[in-house]
Amino acid sequence: MVKPWALLCLLGLFTLPVAAGVQVGQSAPQISLPLLATDSPAELSLDSLRGKVVYLDFWASWCGPCRVSFPQLEQLRQELGPQGFEVLAVNVDEFEPDALRFLEEVTVTYPVVRDGAGETPANYGILGMPTGYLIDRSGTVRLVHQGYRKSDGAALREEIIELLGE
Amino acid sequence: MKPLTCLFVMLCLCACETVQPWERGTLAKSEMQWQTDPREISFQAQVNASKEATSGGMGASGGGCGCN
Repeated sequence: MVKPWALLCLLGLFTLPVAAGVQVGQSAPQISLPLLATDSPAELSLDSLRGKVVYLDFWASWCGPCRVSFPQLEQLRQELGPQGFEVLAVNVDEFEPDALRFLEEVTVTYPVVRDGAGETPANYGILGMPTGYLIDRSGTVRLVHQGYRKSDGAALREEIIELLGE
Repeated sequence: MKPLTCLFVMLCLCACETVQPWERGTLAKSEMQWQTDPREISFQAQVNASKEATSGGMGASGGGCGCN
C-alpha cells in the first residue's frame, strides 16, 4: 500500500520542472547581454531601452517560425522606430556560427544579443520558440507572444501602436 | 511500498531531464528525425489513417473514416 506522504512526494517531483514564466503585467526581468558577432565586451541591457516600447524576441537559428518573424519585425521597426519602438532579439543558439549563418540569410538592423548559456530564457520561463515579450515604456510586460505565423504581424502592429500612444 | 523502494523510485525519477525549449537545436536537426523526407512522412500518415482506421498523432488531419 502506498503511503499518502510518499505519493505526495512523488507528485511533487513531477511539478518541480514547471516554473511560472513572466506574465503580462509583471516587470520585465533585467537583461544585460553581449551583442552578437562583436569582439567587444560591451553589453546591451534592456534598461538602456527604457522609455521605448520594446519587443523582446527569443529566437534560434533552427526555429522555423523565426524565419517568418524576422522580416516582419524588421519592417515594424523601420516603420515605428522613429516613434519609439525597438526590437531586441536574444539568440539562444548553442553555437554562435549557426546564428551568424541565419543572420546572413535574414538580415536585420535591430540589435541582436546572445545568451548561449540559456540563463535569460530560463529567467523568463519561455515555453516555446520563438517567444516575444512586448514591453511598454515603463518596463512592464504587456503581451507575451508564443510562436509566430505570417498573419501575426498585423495584430502585433496594432498592439505596438497602442502602446506607443500611451 | 517500502520507504526504501519509494526513495529509490524517486531518485530514479530525478534523473529524468527536461529538454528546455531553447535547448532543442540538436533535436531539430534533420538527422534526429524518425523520417527525414517530408513526402515519406505524409505518405506514412496517409497509410496509417486509411488502412488502420486511425487519425491524429501524425500531424495530419483526418476524420478516421478510412476514406482519406
